Amino acid sequence: MVTIISKMKTTAVLIAAVVVTCLGLQSPAIADWSPKKPIELIIMAGAGGGADQIARLLQGLAEQKDLSPRPIIPINKPGGSGAEALRYLQDKEGDDHTILVTLNSFYTTPVIQKGIGVDVSNFTPIGRMAIDTFVLWVNSSRDDITDLDSYIAAVKAAGNTWKVGGTGTGQEDSILTAMMEKEFGYDVTYIPFPGGGTVAKNLVGNHVDSTVNNPAEQNEFYRAGETKPIVQFTAERLPAYPDVPTAKELGVDMQYYMQRSINGPPGMSKEAQDWYIGLFKALFDSAEWQQFCTDDGLACDQWLAGDDLGTYHQEQIALHRDLIESVGASAITGE
Amino acid sequence: MEDIVLHLIGGLTEAMQPLNLTMIIAGCTLGLLIGAMPGLGSVNGVAILLPITFLVPPTAAIIFLAAIYYGAMYGGAISSITLGIPGASTAVATVFDGRPLAQAGHADRALTAAAVASFVGGTISVLLFTAFAPPLASFALKFGPPEEFALMVLAFATFIGLGGDDIPKTVFSILVGLVMASVGLDIISGQPRLIFGDIDGFLHGINFLVLAIGIYGIGEMLWTLETTRGEVMVHKVTISWQRMKHNCKDIKNYIKTTSMGSALGYFVGTLPAAGATPASLMSYGLAKTFSKDPDSFGKGNISGVAAPEAANNAASTGSMLPMITLGIPGSPTTAILLGGMIIWGLRPGPLLFTENPEFVWGLIGSLYIANFATLLINLAFIPLFVKILTLPFSILAPVIYILCVVGGYAPTQTMHDVWLMLLFGVVGYLLRKLNYPVAPAVLAIVLGPLAERSLRQSLLGSHGDVSIFLTRPISAVCIAIAVALICYPLVQKLQKRRRADTGTGTG
Repeated sequence: MVTIISKMKTTAVLIAAVVVTCLGLQSPAIADWSPKKPIELIIMAGAGGGADQIARLLQGLAEQKDLSPRPIIPINKPGGSGAEALRYLQDKEGDDHTILVTLNSFYTTPVIQKGIGVDVSNFTPIGRMAIDTFVLWVNSSRDDITDLDSYIAAVKAAGNTWKVGGTGTGQEDSILTAMMEKEFGYDVTYIPFPGGGTVAKNLVGNHVDSTVNNPAEQNEFYRAGETKPIVQFTAERLPAYPDVPTAKELGVDMQYYMQRSINGPPGMSKEAQDWYIGLFKALFDSAEWQQFCTDDGLACDQWLAGDDLGTYHQEQIALHRDLIESVGASAITGE
Repeated sequence: MEDIVLHLIGGLTEAMQPLNLTMIIAGCTLGLLIGAMPGLGSVNGVAILLPITFLVPPTAAIIFLAAIYYGAMYGGAISSITLGIPGASTAVATVFDGRPLAQAGHADRALTAAAVASFVGGTISVLLFTAFAPPLASFALKFGPPEEFALMVLAFATFIGLGGDDIPKTVFSILVGLVMASVGLDIISGQPRLIFGDIDGFLHGINFLVLAIGIYGIGEMLWTLETTRGEVMVHKVTISWQRMKHNCKDIKNYIKTTSMGSALGYFVGTLPAAGATPASLMSYGLAKTFSKDPDSFGKGNISGVAAPEAANNAASTGSMLPMITLGIPGSPTTAILLGGMIIWGLRPGPLLFTENPEFVWGLIGSLYIANFATLLINLAFIPLFVKILTLPFSILAPVIYILCVVGGYAPTQTMHDVWLMLLFGVVGYLLRKLNYPVAPAVLAIVLGPLAERSLRQSLLGSHGDVSIFLTRPISAVCIAIAVALICYPLVQKLQKRRRADTGTGTG
């Protein structure tokens, strides 16, 4: 008995020792870089949302194909529309074992919340995995809403008691909501939830009246007949919804996309950046990832990495700054 | 119903396959050890072991991960009871009474109660899961922000009402917890608040496990040092057949709170975003509220161990419901399980039950067997765990200290939290000396963020109109019960006084 206890204690001490060693180990930047400890994959949104699903799929594929010598650990930091995650990454300057999977709040949150003091153009761009799309959803029980016109009529009739669920002020769905308010001339009440999955659930439970979820977040409910798509905010109809018109077809040129990319903290070593680019390129090219994109209405035909992605980020930052200016930051934050 | 029975038999047969059975036993044992290590919870365990599961078919893989999740719920109680350090956040409530029992030489009794209550909780919830999964999933959908908030109010009320503790001190403790819960980023606007100037470590809020480990691990150690003056402290616990028999007879003392905790835990677990930690705390509060002897809670009442343990196991089963039927994880661990399912090509959602029945029923079948396996493994290990307590305090104290530091560091991996944990240790010791209850503060820091979010969401939706909590039936019922719970001790006091008055009047 006593030997077993001492063994248990030895194990405990060993675990403690391992933790302490991990702390002290600073991986030196050598020419042939590979991770020395578990990689933190930070998700700037809540569990169950689009970013979360993507991060977990990428993690699983990397493990399955044995692409990384160390495990990749997804961590959700959804606080403050991604502010928590961005700040966390900024503070990890020079760290080679932390990466971030983004959504467009990567661009908008630093503009809207100047207080967090984050400049994402300093982050290390790794690779763009996909472009996500947006669709307007209502509960299937709303028989009065069949198309965009009847939707607008219903919102106007409800006055500002119409509730739109979203993932947080400053997130892309709140920007799209503000764009719609401006275009169609109505006012809604925007209610933030932690993650797109919870938003979808609240639409099914009739706690909100409409959402602008990504297809991945609503697809299973749509297949089960719980919710229905009204209009798509894309240039062309998505293969997943051949019968749902785009806003453009209806004479409203409203398009909005969201990039899903992987980025490192500021000052990540070149060697590490190259290693991660190789890793995510392999994942991007995998049949599983391409299949996921097709099923979930993501566009995954163009791979963008390193400096090219950096340039793309610059363009998007400028675009979002203009967007926020045109609808007004207060329309998004609801102040 | 016949359908369900047929499916269940199929599921049990599936779970009994040699490979799946091996997975269950390996998973439960691993989970037990992971849960017993402070700072290493089921989340880490499942995340680290996820890749291993790509070597086996999806059903075996999810069974393995679910068994780890399950085993960890049992395991968390072990260090809570023997060392006074919560092994996982779900086992914090188990410390409240588990530790005093161990100190009084009843560790075996507490550990048996934890194992039995976990078994009962797990079994009741898996039965509920089997029979009522689809209707409960649609009931969970009825829970919008106002209902969630009303449920939180109810949870707070169980801690204030009927407690028998000093009510002003309880309220004070809750308020301190609420203030600490609001540190970090504002959940609606994303602006930093209460970060003490600009201390980065506060941006992610105060981790609840850091608080609990500090107060219970370090604070308790300081307290023991003071009361024993470092004298050797030996608990004479001998495990005999007689004692085991006595422990079995003990079951009738906590079976009521266990069943209550199981039902509550299952229900709270099914609500997305709640999970096993709030469930265990609420169950503890409920057990205290309905106890004939509420004063003995926190001083070593066996029901105080059984209630949270039943609830956390029940909730872990419950939280698989939103994962499977809605694709929304009910707890951080199920979020990782969900990731696994997506990789295996399974799409969690309302159609999973009909499209992949062998997978869902295999999982349900394995839960029955995992419950039984974990009970046996756990009971077999009790004599060993109890031996830990016979070590001299001069050896135990440094071990506890190291485990606390590791446990404080592990969840967020920042030294900031280790310092904070030590600070909470000193604060916890002082609060104890001043006779303030700390459990309500722990409850407040867990439920505070959930309550704040749902309150603000509700008021945004109703344009600031608070009547929304009273006009919706489910939330109105919850609020009414909460008010009754808060008022009850006042009524009791008044009655006592009147009786005393009339007593002196006639005499």
